[in-house]
Amino acid sequence: MKLYDFIWLVPLFPLMGAIFNGFVSNRRGLSKKTTQSVALLGAGAAWIYGWAAVLQWYFTEDHTKPYVVKAFTWITGGNLTIADGSTAAVDISASFQVDPLSAVMVGFVTFVGFLIHLYSVGYMHGEPDRDYARYFAYLNLFMFAMLTLVTGSNLPVLFVGWEGVGLCSYLLIGFYFEKGWCAAAGMKAFIVNRIGDFGFLLAIFFAFYYFGTLEFRALFDAMAADHGGHYATAATIIGLLLFVGAIGKSAQIPLFVWLPDAMAGPTPVSALIHAATMVTAGVYMVARCNYFYQMSPTAMLTVAVIGGVTAIFSATIGLVQNDIKKVLAYSTVSQLGYMFLAAGVGAYVAAIFHVVTHAFFKACLFLGSGSVIHACGGEQDMRKMGGLKKYMPTTYWTFWVATVAIAGIPPLAGFVSKDAILAKAFEAGYTDLNHHGGIYYLLWFLGLAGAAMTAFYMFRLVYMTFEGSFRGGEEAEHHLHESPWTMTLPLQILAVLSIIGGVVIGFPGQLFHLEGWSFIDRFLGPVVLTHGEHHGHALSLGLEWVLVAVSVAVAVAGILVARLFYLKDPGFTRASYLASRFPLIYRLLLNKYWVDEIYAAIIIRPILKLSDLLWEFDARVVDGTVNGVRNMTVGSSWVSGIFDLQVVDGLVNLVGRSYDVASRQFRRLQVGFAQGYAMVMVFGAALLLGIFFVVNL
Amino acid sequence: MIDATHYVALSLILFCLGLIGVMMRRNFITVLMSLELMFNAVNLNLIAFSFRLSDLAGQVLAIFVITVAAAEAAIGLGLIIALVRLKDTVALDEADVMRG
Repeated sequence: MKLYDFIWLVPLFPLMGAIFNGFVSNRRGLSKKTTQSVALLGAGAAWIYGWAAVLQWYFTEDHTKPYVVKAFTWITGGNLTIADGSTAAVDISASFQVDPLSAVMVGFVTFVGFLIHLYSVGYMHGEPDRDYARYFAYLNLFMFAMLTLVTGSNLPVLFVGWEGVGLCSYLLIGFYFEKGWCAAAGMKAFIVNRIGDFGFLLAIFFAFYYFGTLEFRALFDAMAADHGGHYATAATIIGLLLFVGAIGKSAQIPLFVWLPDAMAGPTPVSALIHAATMVTAGVYMVARCNYFYQMSPTAMLTVAVIGGVTAIFSATIGLVQNDIKKVLAYSTVSQLGYMFLAAGVGAYVAAIFHVVTHAFFKACLFLGSGSVIHACGGEQDMRKMGGLKKYMPTTYWTFWVATVAIAGIPPLAGFVSKDAILAKAFEAGYTDLNHHGGIYYLLWFLGLAGAAMTAFYMFRLVYMTFEGSFRGGEEAEHHLHESPWTMTLPLQILAVLSIIGGVVIGFPGQLFHLEGWSFIDRFLGPVVLTHGEHHGHALSLGLEWVLVAVSVAVAVAGILVARLFYLKDPGFTRASYLASRFPLIYRLLLNKYWVDEIYAAIIIRPILKLSDLLWEFDARVVDGTVNGVRNMTVGSSWVSGIFDLQVVDGLVNLVGRSYDVASRQFRRLQVGFAQGYAMVMVFGAALLLGIFFVVNL
Repeated sequence: MIDATHYVALSLILFCLGLIGVMMRRNFITVLMSLELMFNAVNLNLIAFSFRLSDLAGQVLAIFVITVAAAEAAIGLGLIIALVRLKDTVALDEADVMRG
C-alpha cells in the first residue's frame, strides 16, 4: 500500500480530534484525561502517519516531481478568457501533494506540533475542563490548517490552510477572551492578517488570469518553459501580491505589529503558532512559488529588502524589552526577516532550512519561557526574575542551548542556517545579482548587525532570567519549581535538535567545497526553478571562511557585551547608564519606534472617525429616510382610515338607512296580531267576491 | 221536504259562526274549535251538493277535508303547546313578537 496516496489523512487526523474536542468534550465537559488523549491521538497520528508516508515516498518515488493526490473536485465553473486570449476552464480540486518541500514541512510541523501538544498537557492543566477541551480543539484545528497549507497542491487549497491558521491564531490569541486586551490582541492579529490575505487573494486571481491554472506544478512548468521573459510582468505582479500575503502572515514590516501582541495567548500557542509553524507559512509560500520570484528581479529585491530591514528593525526593539515573551516575539520577527532575506537573494533552500532550525530552537525557547512563567506564577517581567537556574536545571540547560543556537555559535543549528543565509546575501552582492549588488551588500551588513544584536538580547534574556539572584520577592521564590515531565521532555528533545539539527540536515558543505553533503540542498534543489544556469562556487573558499569568522565574531561580541552588562553587573548599572545617556534612542526602542501609535494615528483613528461619520450618516440619513417612510405610511393610513370610516362606511350605512326609512310605513302593517290578519283576509275575500259579483252583473 | 237549499243555508250559518269565532275569540283553543266548525260547514256543503247532483266526488272530497282537518288540529295543538311554553298563556293576542 502506498501510504502517500492518502496524504490528506495527515491533516484529517487532527481535524477529527478538533471536532471531537470542540463538539463533544467542550459541550459535555468531559474529563481532562479524555480530552488530552484525543488531542494527542490526533496530533500523534498525524505525526506518525505523516512521517511514514513521507519516508515511503522518499524511498519509492521520483523526488523531482510532486506526487499529487486528488481528494475531490472542489470548484468547477465555466470557461474564462485569460490574458493570452485563450479560454481556461475553472476546475479546482482539493488535491494534495508530496514533494520535497511539503515533505520537509510535514516532517517538522507534525513533529514540533506533537511536542507542543505534549507540553500543553502539562502547561494547561490548571484550566477548567471545558476550557481545556476548547484549547485542545483549537490546537488540533490549527494542526489541520497548517498541514492543509503545506500539503495542498494548488493555491486555493493553500489559501484554505492559510485562512485556517489565521483563524486559529485569532482563537488562540484570544483564548483568555474574558480579558479585554487578549480579545483585542486576537482581533488585531486577525485584521492585520486579513490585510495581507487581500494581497494573496488578488495574487490567486492574477495567477488564474495569466496562466489559467492554479496548480503549483502547472505554474512551475509554465514558468520553466518561458525562456523569453514572456511572463515577466505577470511574475512581478503575482510575486509582489503573494508577498503582501506573506508580509501579513509572517509578520514583516509593515504588518509585523500583530506578532508581539500575539503573546497574549497561552505560551505553548506562542511557541507553536508564533514561532515554529504558522508564521513560517509566508516563507513556505514564497519558497513554494519561487518560480515567480526567480523571473522577477523587482519582486526578489522587494522581498530581500523587507526581510533584511525587518531583521535589524525588530532586533533593535528586542534589545531593550523587559517582557520575556516580548523579547522572543521580536526575535521571531527578526529571524523571519532573515528567512525572507534568504528568499530575496534566491536562496530558498536556505530560507526553508532556517525555518526548520528556527522551529527547533524557537519552540524550545518559547516552551522554556513558558516553563519559567509557569514557575513564576504568571510573571513575565524579567526584572522580577533571576537566579532561576538553581530551581529549574532542565529548563535552564535547554534554554541555554537554544540561546546559543539562535546566537549563531558553531556548530549549533542556528549557526548553520543563519550563516548560510548571510553567505548567500553576501554572494548576491558579490555576484551583483540582478544588478542590485550594492543593495544586497547593504542587506548583508544589516543581517550581520542583526546577528550581533540577536546574540546580545538573547544572552541578556538568559542572564536576567537564570543568573544572579531572584528579584521577585520571598513569597514567589518559595513557589519556584521545575515543571512536570510533559513540559521538560519536549524541551530536551528540542534542545538536542537545536544542537545537532543544523549539521545533520544541512551540513555546511560549501565551507569545505563538499556541496553534496548538505542533505537539504540536495533534497530541496528540484523545488527551485533555476533555468539551468549554474554558477558553481561564486565565493572562494577563503572568502567563505572569512565570512564565517566575521559572523561568529559579531555573535561572540554580542554575547560578551551582554555578559558585561547583565552578568558581571548584577544591578544593571551599566545598562541603565547607557539608557540615561541616550534617552531618546532608549525610549524609541522601548516604545517599539511608536509603530503602533503611528498606525493608530494615521490609519486606525481616521478609520474610526470615518466609521463614526458613516454611523452618523446611517443614524441620520438612512434611519431618517426609513423613519420618514414610516411616518408617511402612518400618516397616509390615518387618512385612509378616515376615508374608510367616513365615506365607505357612510355609503354602506346610507343604503341601510334608506331601506329603513322606506320600510317604516310598511312596518305598520305587521301588527303581530294573527286574528287581525285573518280579518283582513276575510274582508279582502269579501271585497273580491263583491267586485266579482258587481262585474258579472 | 228538506232540500239542498236548507243544507246550504245551514252550512252558511255554521261557516259564519266559525268565521266570527276565529276572528273574535282570544282563546287559541276556541279559535281552533271555530276553525273546525268552518271545516265542517264546508263538508256539509260538499255533501249536500254531492247528494243533489248525484256525484260521489263531493263526498270523497269531504273525506279528504276531514283527513286534512285532523292533521291541522294536531298542528294547531302543537302550536298551542309551544305558545303555552313560551308565554305561559293561550291568549292569541299575546303572540305578537313579530310585530313590526
